[in-house]
Amino acid sequence: MLRKIRIGLAAAVWVAITLLFLDFTGIAHAWFGWLAKIQFLPAVLALHAGIVVALVALTLLFGRVYCSVICPLGIMQDGIAWFGKKSRRNRYGYSPAKNWLRYGVFVLFIVALVAGIGSVAALLAPYSSYGRIAQNLLGPVWAWGNNILAYLAERAGSYAFYEVDVWVRAWTTFAVAAVTFVILAVLAYRNGRTYCNTICPVGTLLGALSRFSLFRPVIDTTKCNGCGLCARNCKSACIDSKNHTVDMSRCVVCMDCVEKCHKNAISYTWRRRRAVAPSSENTAGADGGRRRFLGATVAVASASALHAADKTVDGGLAAITEKQKPERRTRIAPPGAVSLRHMAQHCTACQLCVAACPNGVLRPSGDMMTLMQPEASYERGYCRPECTRCSEVCPAGAIHPIDIADKSSIQIGHAVWVKTNCVPLTDGVECGNCARHCPAGAIQMVPSDQSDPHSVKIPVVNHERCIGCGACENLCPARPFSAIYVEGHEVHKYV
Amino acid sequence: MMIKTTINNMDRRGFLRRVGIGTAAVGVAALPGCSPKTEVSADEYSADTSDIPTDKMTFRRNPSTGDNVSLLGYGCMRWPTVKGEDGRDGEEIDQEMVNRLVDTAIAHGVNYFDTSPAYCRGRSEHATGIALSRHPRDKYFIATKMSNFAPSTWSRQASIDMYNNSLKELQTDHIDYMLLHAIGMGRGMDEFNARYIDNGILDFLLAEREAGRIRNLGFSYHGDIKVFDHLLANHDKYKWDFVQIQLNYLDWHHAKEINSGNTNAEYLYGELEKRGILAVIMEPLLGGRLSKVHDHVVARLKQAEPERSVASWAFRYAGTHPGVLTVLSGMTYMEHLTDNLRSFCPLKPLTGDEMQFLYDTADLMMQFPTIPCNDCKYCMPCPYGLDIPGIMLHYNKCVNEGNVPESAQAENYQKARRAFLVGYDRSVPKLRQANHCIGCNQCSKHCPQSINIPAELARIDRFVEQLKQGTL
Repeated sequence: MLRKIRIGLAAAVWVAITLLFLDFTGIAHAWFGWLAKIQFLPAVLALHAGIVVALVALTLLFGRVYCSVICPLGIMQDGIAWFGKKSRRNRYGYSPAKNWLRYGVFVLFIVALVAGIGSVAALLAPYSSYGRIAQNLLGPVWAWGNNILAYLAERAGSYAFYEVDVWVRAWTTFAVAAVTFVILAVLAYRNGRTYCNTICPVGTLLGALSRFSLFRPVIDTTKCNGCGLCARNCKSACIDSKNHTVDMSRCVVCMDCVEKCHKNAISYTWRRRRAVAPSSENTAGADGGRRRFLGATVAVASASALHAADKTVDGGLAAITEKQKPERRTRIAPPGAVSLRHMAQHCTACQLCVAACPNGVLRPSGDMMTLMQPEASYERGYCRPECTRCSEVCPAGAIHPIDIADKSSIQIGHAVWVKTNCVPLTDGVECGNCARHCPAGAIQMVPSDQSDPHSVKIPVVNHERCIGCGACENLCPARPFSAIYVEGHEVHKYV
Repeated sequence: MMIKTTINNMDRRGFLRRVGIGTAAVGVAALPGCSPKTEVSADEYSADTSDIPTDKMTFRRNPSTGDNVSLLGYGCMRWPTVKGEDGRDGEEIDQEMVNRLVDTAIAHGVNYFDTSPAYCRGRSEHATGIALSRHPRDKYFIATKMSNFAPSTWSRQASIDMYNNSLKELQTDHIDYMLLHAIGMGRGMDEFNARYIDNGILDFLLAEREAGRIRNLGFSYHGDIKVFDHLLANHDKYKWDFVQIQLNYLDWHHAKEINSGNTNAEYLYGELEKRGILAVIMEPLLGGRLSKVHDHVVARLKQAEPERSVASWAFRYAGTHPGVLTVLSGMTYMEHLTDNLRSFCPLKPLTGDEMQFLYDTADLMMQFPTIPCNDCKYCMPCPYGLDIPGIMLHYNKCVNEGNVPESAQAENYQKARRAFLVGYDRSVPKLRQANHCIGCNQCSKHCPQSINIPAELARIDRFVEQLKQGTL
């Protein structure tokens, strides 16, 4: 019964959290947004003391329930392990804890967090890993499914579904997600919760607490016939059936053993005696820290624009060269991020904001120090004045909630004009598309020749009013590089 | 069970047919002050279900050459295309379909084919030539134009090259109807002089007519009325065989009201009639704008003639004018062609009351703020990649479907907002939408309807922003 409750809850939570990363309409967040906020690491980084205390209390009371029903990565591994168990019954066995690895990784994690090397922390954190997997691997599938529905809806004259772009935000992050998934899938398929009990820093921390948990699986030696069935079905490899002990630092209270035992010798009940932690060592499992990255090189294909072509016939569409990302000296963090340092300190790189961004602005950083943390760029869209989605979904307090009024007054960067690309000067035509679309009124068009008021007009940027939203950069007709682009600011401020 | 259902269906169909005929009679009778003929359908009009007769086409005689020209002419500006990779416009003309359309048209008596070196990205003449050359040359009349719009084609040699290329593409040694293309566009008289007078091209064309390689010479007019008046004032000198004008029941009284740069068709037609010059009619349907109309207008027209299409009113209107040689229609689909054939095989002229009914309908249409874009694509390609007609057609569609809410308090605001925005992304790729218009205004001078394109696009863009930001 307890096992069935666990599975039911876990499935519901997993589906809901996964939806957070897939749904691009914002509906899922209205309902399940809180599930991201009760994730352990985001709660710690957001300094949500209440949530952290509650999770600690939960663990002290019932053991690592968190790992079984709240952590989406844990639930995902259980799902994969279930297939593993179907292919071979009783496939697990007891193995001693690999404490040197667990605590080593944990220390590394803490050091990385304190030192502000977000990329290492983000690689190890379970919720972040899951977010990346969901956003990078499941997201496209979901979006394609939606696009099929949109295709059908269009033909049925319905506006219920609309097409969305499917694109890889950053190949490094995609590769990390894919590699993480493959490693986790292999580990989980073969040995169940290896990652959770060797690498996962949250697992290690909660494991340290759950040693003292009030409720736990207890083996009744009077009923136990020593068949070892419990140990061979324990995905945490934490039941030493010979000594009738359960290593509570690794047990994720999945209740499989309770249900499996033919003799009803295992019950989930009050603690009776202290478990003795075995101390022998063994090498098994893969080193999750051993990951390499390949900087994805973007092929530069620039077709020449049709600018000066003489129009002799009617119809047809001019070719459009894709925009390319300009070299920004300072990266751009979304409004609400307060500062680049604040972002680096709090972001768990879970990709929730990246998944939520409806304008194609946010994508994971490729910089080693801030790897996979969000940054803004405006080749596909710009940070629209009515949108505050990323600030609403961030569970880690890396992007503070802002309202629409804040949105148009927070300065996250400023626009820089690039004379050599500006269309009035290159093509000799009137433009002003940047000025026309600036939501802050920061751009004016002035005659390019001081002495000739009728010369073609060029934009000038009032840096005091510019908020760095990128409307100018995105809508600039110059391609592949815009004639006006945004430089990020280290610290955001209200203007 | 199956059999029973079938019988029921048949009964229902039979019933509907009777009801349909009944309503037709009632509908016509309901026309204010109209004296309807009750013996409709059968002999004069073939409803959608019957075959179209091949020997009933109405013809008009051209006195200068004695041509018997079908009242329905084929406009070759909107040939069907095979969908290309980037979006709405096809890459290649669907030659197989063009052949079928031309075969069907000729089989039903259509014998006037109007093309231009500029149409369909410059590929229309070639495709038309292929389709027509499969028929005896004396079965059809070819109309094409001197489309020297680009300054690079203003030289005498470039224009003559264009003319010779037309002969080659159309696989013929003579042009039946040759037109100076869209005089009055751009900078009015100056541009006309640059295109036809200073380089001696008009004299060249007159000489070609003398030599018989051009059988009829005329011009098509859009824009500056001074050029139109000038050419007619010199009719004695040039002896125009025909003139192509834009005429339809909306532009008869309202062309100038829609755009002050344009001229009412009533004036244009009147000037031609005065001089006994035959009119070739273009834009009788305004590129579909007179068939894609607001539901109120559909109900009104359909109530009067339930079995005829909305479009048929526009064609019968144009054909009813006695000084019209032929009415051009750019029929992209077989359905367009068959529907038009029903209107012209034979033409049942409109009565005076029916004409007045259409003028009243035009007054009603003027209340809907659509943009007068006929999707002719003269403005395209936009050098900055915009799909100008695509944007305007989407806007018009939303106007006609009631999806352009006036304020956020409007009753259907949420539904209309979604329909407008989702439909916008579906109709026009994001990078080709109105917010990318830089206002360079290279397009407006090509627009035969004199639309201020950048201003209209900016207006649509502001509306889109208001919908997106919720500030309407």
